[in-house]
Amino acid sequence: MATAEVHHLFHNPIADHSFSSDKKTLAVARDNNVELYQKAGSKFSLTDELKGHEKTVTSVDIAPNSGRIVTCSQDRNAYVWEQTPEGWKPTLVLLRINRAATFVRWSPSEQKFAVGSGARVIAVCYFEEENDWWISKHLKKPIRSTITTLAWHPNSVLLAAGSTDSHARVFSSFIKGIDARPEPSAWGERLPFNTICGEFLNDSAGWIHGACFSPSGDALAFTGHDSSVTVVYPSAPEQPPRAMLNISTRLLPFNSLIWSGENEIIAAGHDCEPYRLRGDESGWQLEGSIESKAGPGADSIREESALNMFRQMDLKGQSQADTQLKTVHQNTISTIRVYEDANGVVNKLSTSGVDGRVVIWTI
Amino acid sequence: MSQSLRPYLQCVRSSLTAALAISNFASQTSERHNVPEIEAASSPELLLNPLTVSRNENEKVLIEPSVNSVRVSIRIKQADEIEHILVHKFTRFLTMRAESFFILRRKPVKGYDISFLITNFHTEAMLKHKLVDFILQFMEEVDKEISEMKLFLNARARFVAESFLTPFD
Repeated sequence: MATAEVHHLFHNPIADHSFSSDKKTLAVARDNNVELYQKAGSKFSLTDELKGHEKTVTSVDIAPNSGRIVTCSQDRNAYVWEQTPEGWKPTLVLLRINRAATFVRWSPSEQKFAVGSGARVIAVCYFEEENDWWISKHLKKPIRSTITTLAWHPNSVLLAAGSTDSHARVFSSFIKGIDARPEPSAWGERLPFNTICGEFLNDSAGWIHGACFSPSGDALAFTGHDSSVTVVYPSAPEQPPRAMLNISTRLLPFNSLIWSGENEIIAAGHDCEPYRLRGDESGWQLEGSIESKAGPGADSIREESALNMFRQMDLKGQSQADTQLKTVHQNTISTIRVYEDANGVVNKLSTSGVDGRVVIWTI
Repeated sequence: MSQSLRPYLQCVRSSLTAALAISNFASQTSERHNVPEIEAASSPELLLNPLTVSRNENEKVLIEPSVNSVRVSIRIKQADEIEHILVHKFTRFLTMRAESFFILRRKPVKGYDISFLITNFHTEAMLKHKLVDFILQFMEEVDKEISEMKLFLNARARFVAESFLTPFD
């Protein structure tokens, strides 16, 4: 079972969080700003605020090597923040979208990033040296609704996107001059920009909430609003996938998921706790929660003294205060990220949620 | 609690808990807006199938979920004319004070007596399971309240009639 290190930062929802590569800095999206926390001892303390967005910030990502932060918001803009001696300096990205930006992630090469939006496009952004700004190319062809999630393939060319039109798609975001020609894989051999390498419909046509490539990049997992996780193993370019497995659960929908090795997925969402799924091409199943709930729940019930019971009845008219959930997170988990891994196997992961908590789990 | 009320409330509770899996979602039809999709109804793919849970023809709950909001409408039991008037007065009293109830909708959905509109901002600011508890408690209490009022009204009517008719005794 996993142990949890809980950081309760504030009482607002956290749309997204990101740790720097040295795990000293934590960036958290809070309302219209992004807050930067520095680790001091065992606590995180607020050091900086990135102000510039006019509407709710929907996503934030720190590039592990360059340390640049990219943020996007419902005001249709994205900024790249760079640290200078005078503080963090924003650069506006030319997204050319006219609806909210919903999701942003750096590619593993850190040469470009992708921004999902409600305008039915994905803006793949890269830096143009001549004009000294970030410009974008649009992936738009078969997208019919808002993009809710994005995930990069390890080769920095393939990009998975989930959307509210219940499709998870794999696109090529190859940009000449920025990307090296990718190795041919099961997803495709020749990959010009906007090639659709896969288009997968959720079994019961639920919205897609989260997607992720496996560490090798040879499998894709995505979660749907029907509380299921779907794992896709591609066979060859232009061919139907080798296996497409749908794991339906009796839980509430998952919002986000990560792979821990090739045979394990950890997903979290509206049930307020992370769940582990295990399997391979022949079949997947839900293993259960990674949280050990016996601890706080059982103890606190025993602690309930008679005095406490009468006091509760006097004050609130109820014998037991059941406002506390038994899980660590007290509300929906919105993002789950890898905190520390060795060869693709995750040792530690971090989650953040609507309850304003960031939790680091040691598995 | 009567025998048929418990499964009815249990069904509403689990349907509502599942429907409240909502998240922040900006409008994809109008720029820089963030509106409850169930009210705007501008994109059909963002709405889920509405669900009716009914105990009998007079008592039912309509749950209409969408990507960032849920509309819950309740039809309160009205067996006769008096109950009809009482329910009307009672719900009017509440909807007049809708701001202080946060999740209360000013106007009920057609065919229902009272509607709640729960958006993602409500589930963020308040505990989700407590919101469900609140609606369930409201459903339990309102029946009790109405029948109590009816009894009181009948008792009063009898008293008034008696005192009017004493001179003719």
